[in-house]
Amino acid sequence: MTTTTTSATPASTRDRAPRGPGRAGLPAAVPGLASALVWGAGQLINRQAGKAAFFFAGFAGTIVWEIASGNYYAGMDFTARANGGFFIRGLWGLATLGTQPREMTLTGLTEGDNSIVLMANGLIALLTLALLAVLWGWSVRDAVRYRAALNAGGAAETSRAYFRRLWEGSFAYIVLSPGMVLLVFMAVLPVLFGILVAFTNYNRDNLPPKNLVDWVGFDNFATIFAVPSWTETFGGILGWTVVWAVLATVTTYAAGMLQAVLLASPKVKFPRMWRSVFLLPWAVPAIVSALVFRSMFNGQFGPVSQWLVDLGITDERVYWFTDPSHPNLARAVALLVNLWLGFPFFMALVGGVLANIPESYYEAARIDGAGPVQQFRHITLPIVQRTVMPLLVLSFVHNFNNFGVIYFLTEGGPDNVDYRFAGSTDLLVTWLFKLTLDNRLYNIGAVMSLVVFVIVGAISVLNLNRTKAIREL
Amino acid sequence: MASANQRARDRVTTALLHLQLLAVAVVVVFPLLWVVGSSFGPGGGLANAGPIPADATLDNYAELFTQTDYGRWYLNSLYVAVLNMAGSVALSALCGWVFARIRFRGRKASMLGILILQMFPSFLTAIAVYMLFLNFGLLDSLTGLALVSIAAALPYNTWLMKGYTDNLPASLDEAAALDGAGRLTIFRKIVLPLMRPMLTFVAITSFTAPWMDFILPRLLLQSSDKQTVAIGLFQLITDQYANDFTTFAAGAVVLAVPITILYIVLQRHLVTGAMAGAEKG
Repeated sequence: MTTTTTSATPASTRDRAPRGPGRAGLPAAVPGLASALVWGAGQLINRQAGKAAFFFAGFAGTIVWEIASGNYYAGMDFTARANGGFFIRGLWGLATLGTQPREMTLTGLTEGDNSIVLMANGLIALLTLALLAVLWGWSVRDAVRYRAALNAGGAAETSRAYFRRLWEGSFAYIVLSPGMVLLVFMAVLPVLFGILVAFTNYNRDNLPPKNLVDWVGFDNFATIFAVPSWTETFGGILGWTVVWAVLATVTTYAAGMLQAVLLASPKVKFPRMWRSVFLLPWAVPAIVSALVFRSMFNGQFGPVSQWLVDLGITDERVYWFTDPSHPNLARAVALLVNLWLGFPFFMALVGGVLANIPESYYEAARIDGAGPVQQFRHITLPIVQRTVMPLLVLSFVHNFNNFGVIYFLTEGGPDNVDYRFAGSTDLLVTWLFKLTLDNRLYNIGAVMSLVVFVIVGAISVLNLNRTKAIREL
Repeated sequence: MASANQRARDRVTTALLHLQLLAVAVVVVFPLLWVVGSSFGPGGGLANAGPIPADATLDNYAELFTQTDYGRWYLNSLYVAVLNMAGSVALSALCGWVFARIRFRGRKASMLGILILQMFPSFLTAIAVYMLFLNFGLLDSLTGLALVSIAAALPYNTWLMKGYTDNLPASLDEAAALDGAGRLTIFRKIVLPLMRPMLTFVAITSFTAPWMDFILPRLLLQSSDKQTVAIGLFQLITDQYANDFTTFAAGAVVLAVPITILYIVLQRHLVTGAMAGAEKG
């Protein structure tokens, strides 16, 4: 393997380095392999004791952790369930979700396996193992690279110098670590956990610690996409969610634009006063407004129904959100309430854009004989559209997931007998909320979460491609 | 003649314009007036509610703070809001600055990861967090709620801060570095003051969010003395429907007034901040 030319160079390296780099001309793969088997062994071959100790500490720590948290001295036949430590028992739990159900015996309830705790612990063990695998890969790569550099005639580096270099280069990681730790435990872990739950039968019929939960593969997906009552509910709700998101976005944008253009007219007296009044729906917390509208449109006692009766427009009270024979009435009212809530934001936004359009554009247009309508269509609209476009997409996504308006206003009502656990105005998110919290169908809820994520993610990716964010990455 | 005609037409458009503005103003103000009026009205159900109470009283407010746990809920919300604001501002400013100014291995990968994480609507993680907390017995903690809220908004806020810092001139940092200032000193003394508009935006949004958030507290909090205002209000209106509407109205007013004032005063910050968020820098 080694040629005569390379065997000459280590000799000169030995002269320069205070401590010998080890046996000359050793192929780089040897310390790599050693480190792969026992972390740090390769570094020891490379005569870097400090580094070797560091990696070996990781190796020994893992093994000690496993043994200390396990039950390895019990002297019985080894099983992962009874004897495994943090890693072995964790992985066993993740794979099996428990084997011992809770039972009633003469001495009382036995301690059964809690599938969900096992799953979460297994996930944490798996994440920790992934982290350790990175350390392992680092150890192997470091051993190989350092050896290769030595063989190529590079200077020897003491462990101390290496760690100082590492410390100086890791400022970014240290500053980021609090945020990243929080994200891993409060966002990444739950997301992974949610994905796993979609493949189990974790629901009200299988609640730990009473029952064991099992892996069921793609059964839940099959349920939603193949069982007619579920498919019908899903299809109906998805359709309405899309219609709602489109209409809600378009109406608020159009109304906001109209108000902004009218307010920008020089004929308006006290424009600031009007503007402040129109901003109120945006400033008042949406939960308060939605609950107020819910009361105003209360079928039995609400004032709106009362006025309609008093004015003789309807003969009897209108049950806006509870009358199953008029689902579209509830939907229309929800859209109107959303219009009330949403138009001020677009008004403020478009108003800001309008203020920045140079007056000279309009003057030039007037000289060319363009009327107000033409000015609006060819100057105002394109400029506003270009600036507001990303916000329209964001608003669509927001409305797609607009839990607040629907849940506070209608709670999904009126009831729909064809739907499973959903009403006529339910969006995917409110249905998901009801499935999880009210009906404890965690597995179906998890599947729905994934579906919502795929839809929202696809829209976001399309939108991101157009923005600077990706290019700057 | 033509000019007189023109003037008459102008007057009509001006009148129509103001008529439209007035109509919209009435639609906008009426529901708000209605709930404020009801909160001062004589106690009772929805049927007696009206925009202008016949004989105004403060009974509903007294009842709100004596008969319900509203004061407790308010303090709970305040606690979560302050924690959420402090945590969100500190973490997102640090992370955003690091991503904008320091080149390190894994930078692109982690930024992409954060971007993907941000696409997960926060209630999806909330439901998973609920299942986890349920099985580990961690439910019913306000601090836990604040931590989950911070984490849920962190990806978005980090991107905001990063985008904003990208647009700040780097020459000041470099000059300070030549003078021998440490990196954290540069961040504290030079970058942080320049980031103030974005810090304000994140501070306001993360302070106001917990007052209005419903899903997370509904999932993560259980006992009555641990509720936040939003949950409490929702319960007031659903549990004792139609016979205690005026108490709800008083609660709604107490919740809405401070936030409304905050929004109106700081509206320019909020609109430009939202704009920056959509463009991601």
